[in-house]
Order: sequence, then structure tokens, then C-alpha cells
Amino acid sequence: MKYTGAQIVMECLLEQGVDTIFGYPGGTILNIYDALYKYSDKFNHILTSHEQGAAHAADGYARSTGKVGVCFATSGPGATNLTTGIATAYMDSSPVVFITCNVGETLIGKDSFQEVDITGITMPITKSNFIVRDIEKLADTIREAFAIARSGRPGPVLLDILKNVTAAETEYTPLPREQHYSSGRLAQLMKRASEDFKTPSPNEADVDKLVEMINGSKKPLIICGGGVVRSRADMELREFAEKADSPVAITVMGGGALQGRSPLTTGMIGMHGSQASNMACDECDLLIALGCRFSDRVALDPKTFAQNAKIVQVDIDRSEINKNVKTDHHIIGDAKAVLKMLNSKLSQQSHEEWKKYVFSFPTETEYDEVEGKLTPKEILRAIAEIMPDDTIVSTDVGQHQMWAIQHFHFDYSGQLLTSGGFGTMGFGLGAAIGAKVGNPDKQVIHITGDGSFRMNCNELATEQHYDTPVITFIFNNGTLGMVRQWQTLIYDHRYAQTTLDRGPDFVKLAEAYGLKGARVSTEEELRAAVKDALEDGHGYVIDCVIDLDEMVRPMVEGGKQITDFLVQ
Amino acid sequence: MNEQKLYTLAVLVDNEAGVLSQVSRMFSRKGYNIESLAVGATSDPETSRITIEVFCTEDQITLLSYQLQKLYPVHSVKLLDQTNSIRRELVMIKVSTPTSAIRNEIIQISNIFRANIIDVSIATLTIAMIGDESKITGIEKILKEFEIIELVRTGYVALERGLQSIYEDTKEKGEFNYGKNVL
Repeated sequence: MKYTGAQIVMECLLEQGVDTIFGYPGGTILNIYDALYKYSDKFNHILTSHEQGAAHAADGYARSTGKVGVCFATSGPGATNLTTGIATAYMDSSPVVFITCNVGETLIGKDSFQEVDITGITMPITKSNFIVRDIEKLADTIREAFAIARSGRPGPVLLDILKNVTAAETEYTPLPREQHYSSGRLAQLMKRASEDFKTPSPNEADVDKLVEMINGSKKPLIICGGGVVRSRADMELREFAEKADSPVAITVMGGGALQGRSPLTTGMIGMHGSQASNMACDECDLLIALGCRFSDRVALDPKTFAQNAKIVQVDIDRSEINKNVKTDHHIIGDAKAVLKMLNSKLSQQSHEEWKKYVFSFPTETEYDEVEGKLTPKEILRAIAEIMPDDTIVSTDVGQHQMWAIQHFHFDYSGQLLTSGGFGTMGFGLGAAIGAKVGNPDKQVIHITGDGSFRMNCNELATEQHYDTPVITFIFNNGTLGMVRQWQTLIYDHRYAQTTLDRGPDFVKLAEAYGLKGARVSTEEELRAAVKDALEDGHGYVIDCVIDLDEMVRPMVEGGKQITDFLVQ
Repeated sequence: MNEQKLYTLAVLVDNEAGVLSQVSRMFSRKGYNIESLAVGATSDPETSRITIEVFCTEDQITLLSYQLQKLYPVHSVKLLDQTNSIRRELVMIKVSTPTSAIRNEIIQISNIFRANIIDVSIATLTIAMIGDESKITGIEKILKEFEIIELVRTGYVALERGLQSIYEDTKEKGEFNYGKNVL
């Protein structure tokens, strides 16, 4: 049967099992939206306020569900508005397929209205991208895009389809997903690959070597990174940590992979890492990094990082090995597969003395409480007590992000949604909406700061319209807190352009969008507001007034040794 | 380890639009200037082989080759050992020949270098020559004594000696394929 390009896009999304799309229409993508109109019973399309919000929502959907997120945008500004969202997904290895349309073949390269070379722009921030000029290649390219986004090290893929391709017609035969690998480009890719490529299982000799290293270690430390979360290897990690009887430090991206209340976790590691994590990293004799790329926020100074240890890196992406920190051994593979093999080979270890030493340091920061003032710790404690344990937490970027990750105990992969690699302020609300759409049975909260929230708060309109009941907590200190903290500690109190002594009134803003809001400045008011929000059952904004000089502690300056705390 | 030298990379890629810019972008991102670049289809028209030469340190070239291998359209990357590979370049030089004496002299020079004369006009001679660095700079130096109107070089292409090739399956190559597997 003949299908138009736009219908083929719809059919190919159905092949992939897609039922949710985030996006924003426009001139060149009209044919696809016209087809979507006819397929409206098959897809739930969420229209956001801005393409960036759609990109973050698709990303949040992907991170929280483990499925591939899908996002539509039109050419030109629609496509460029996606770029921050694409880069955010790329840095955190989140599988999202972005579909943009471009002007027709006859207009390409003529600086036509809303024309932009989006494949050129997104080349460095996508795992791969494609421009589709020929309708005969459309279905095949969409199948390839999904396969690439979801497999190996996941990541965003962008498809730019010319408008005339979406209007053209061709024969289309539906193909079940299992058969995609035996047709077209994917079949070619499979053929060109070596044996390992087709049956990804970790190299046994490499795993044996690590087992031997663990057997010889007296002071092991495991670092759990985002790769464990992407691989959903929670159970395997717990078994491994218990068998190796090793403390586990968790990176920002690794949050949730090991239960936050596990007696083996030393908390966050790195710039704002706990003393236990950072001391253990400095003194361990074997460091096993699982799905962790030693970013400059963890390996602050690559030269002195884990200086007394043999470093073993387990990663699915070979190009991460020795990139930031020189390693002594590596295993390539999916975290789940590697851990399974490790667990089957490893005998029970015991490191009582080492654990006792590591856990003599605090795994969490003891923040002071001030009578009559609302502190970040009190806010987070109240949230943790009132909200269900499996609540999904999305954050923006800054102090509130670090406080939330330090204090919440995340219990499963996909519970924490945060922009760790790219540090995108304004990520949280879109991501929270995406997560709520993907997880309607779970509570979703959005932890933000007044600076971050102001960036993309227009998505409150989306939250209200689709009734995705996200509770937003604004840590409102009237300043760009994290930058101010650096200005206090490193720039001698010169607060250049960080004071946010301006509107809007966030409660009135919430009301303007048709949502309820509350401003709280004591713990009692806060607890009452959270309960009200839960009873209300719709989107809700809680503006928490905190002190301007609250700091994230501890802190190690970038480039310094990991135990060289600027503040404890 | 941190001494800069000239490295030759062979990169096997999909023969498709945009792949060359993806590969060359890696060099500009790191701020390395490409000394020489040559691209062409291989015996399989679906793939192209890019030969790139760049001045950098050993650490830098290793990271660069990792980043290249991570790219989807890249099949494999091989750092060619200078002593164990053959490098060649084609140069075309158009020289002004205002008199027959000069023309004769240039014909003689090109014979000595075993270069070919590929175009003749009343006022010019165009010479083509294949060679390595020393041979090409040699003829260039001599012809500079006359008037060179235009000179163009293809950039180096290189192949390993003996049985070794870019198609060999190694453990490392398999490891790179993991991150971009499509299962």
C-alpha cells in the first residue's frame, strides 16, 4: 500500500512501540502533524510551551522509563531551540530520537525561511544524526535511528526530514522490530561488525583479572556511575558490593543504582562529595569504576585521583578508557552483563577494618539548623518524610541539586533525573513532566532554585493543561546560590550579577497558570503545603524561602586533590 | 610521551555525505591543525579511506583515535607506524616557460626526478610527480628557481607493509563496537 512520508513516520514509531511524543509544530513539520491528527488515537502528543521544554520532557521520559523518548520540532528556530535539550541528553547518555523537518529539496541551501543546517549544528551533540532526502530511505533510517539511540551506550539521535519527503508517497511494508536487524542498513551494520559486536558479552579473561585484583585488595572502593543506572543493574550492583564487601561511592549520575540507605554507600563523591567518599577514594588500594567516566567534577585532579589505588574501569564505551584518568585494567561491556559475570566468579570477601575506617568519616553533611529559619536540610527531610519512598525526583542545576542528591536516599535507577554532565539550568520542569507522563502511578517532584525555575517556568502551562501533577519546590534564596558560593569562597565576596532581587512572585505565577502555589518560610508551613499539594492532586508550586548565604558543603575546588576540602 | 611529532592515521568510514566533516571536526575541536588529508573510495565503493597527518603528542593521538572510533560512520582507525608503512603523495606543478631554453631545462629536471609532464602550452609546462616528503620538497626547491605559477599536493596516502591492514579484527576494535552496537 502507498503511504506518505508522514504516515511512514507514524507507522515506524508504532513499530518501535512508541505511544508518547513531545513536540511543537511549525511550517515544515505540518505534514507530520497532519498525519498525527489521523493517528491521534495511537499517540499521546504533549504540546509544550517551548521546544526546549519538549526536549527535556522527552529526555525525562526516557531516563525515568528506560524507553526511547521521542521529540518533534519544526525547522529553523524550532530545531535550534532543541539543541540545549539534545546536548543535555548527550552528556548524560539518554536515549531520545529527535525528529525535525527541514525545508523542501528545492529550497535547501538557499537561506530559505526557517532553514537551518540542524544536522551540522547537532553533529557534536548527537550519537548520530541523519538527513532524509529520499522517501525510499525513510523507514530504514528511522529504524536505524532508534537502534542507535537505544543500544550500546545510549544517546540522542536526530533525524532531519525534508518537507517534500513527508509529502511524497511510496510503498511501505510494516516490519516487526525483531526483524529490523535483517533488513536494510541495520543488516549491513550487523554484517560489518565483528563477532563481539553481535553477541555483546564481556571478555571472560578481563573479568577473571578483576576477580584476582579484588582477591588481592585490602581496601577496595566501588564508584557507581550513570552507566549502572542506564543499564538498570541495581540488583547486580547490590550483590557485587555485598560480595566484594566494599564501600560504594556514588556519582551524581549514579544516584539510585544502589539503595540510598544501603550500609555500604559512602554517599556522593567529587566536588561536593561526602568526606567518607573522598577520603576512601584517596586511600583505597583498588578503585572499581562502574559506568563512570571520571568527569572533572569527580576526578577533580586526575594526577592525584585515587593515587594509592589500582584503577579498574568498567564501561560500555571504549573511548572512555584512559580519557580522563589512566587506568590499570578495563572491562568493556554493559554494566549488568559484567556484574553478572563478576558475581558468578567472585567469592565472599571481608573488609571489616577498612569499612570501619571509611565509615568513621561522615557520609552525609551535618548542616546546622537555625531556629526560626527554613534550611535546605529541613525542606528535604520534610519532603522525604511526607512523599512516598518511590517518588521520582527531578532537579535543576545549582545548590538545590547538590543538596537534594546529598540528602535524598534514592532507591532505584531512574528515580533521580538530573542534568549531571551538561549542567542545564531549566532542565527540571520539562523532565518532571516527561517523567510523570511516563510514570502516571508515581509521584513526581521537581526540586529547583529561583534562578533555574525562572528559565523554563513557562512549562507550568503544559503541566496545567495535561494535568501532570508535579510538585515544584523552589529553593528561593534570591540569588544564583552556587555561583554566589564560589564568589564568597573564591572571589572575595564580589557578587557580580548573581543577586536575583526581582520578580516574579512565584505563587502568583503558579496561579496565573491555573495552578496552586504557597510560599513557606517555616518547617510547619512547608509540611502543611506539601500535604495540601498531595490532597490537591494537581500541579503545585511551593516557594521555600531560604537564606541567601546557605552553602553546599563540603566543597573541593576544581583541579584540587579530592581530599583538599575548601569547606568541610 | 609529551613530545610532538607527526602521526599518520588511517580511518575507514562509510562513503557518505557529512562523514568527512564529522572526522575533521574532531581535530578542530582539540585545536590540532591537520597537516595533510586525503580521502577516496576503497575497493568497496560503500567505504572511504581517509588518511590524516597531524602534529601532536602520543597521548593526544591516542585520545583522538578513540574519539574517532566512537563515531558511528567510522569502521576502524589505525595509527600507522612510520617505519612500517609506505607514504606517498602526488604533486602537480605548473611552471612558466617563457623561452624554449627554460622549457628544455624543466623537461630535464623532471626526467631526473622521474616526474611526468602532463600538460604543455606555449607558455607553461605542468609536471606531475609521486613521491615522499624529501622527493617532493626536492623538486619544488629546484623549480622555485624558475617561476611556479601553481602547485597542488594531494596530501599523503599511506598503507602498511606486508599482510597487516586496516581490516584486521583486534580485541580493541571489538571493544569499540560495543559502545555502538545496534542490538
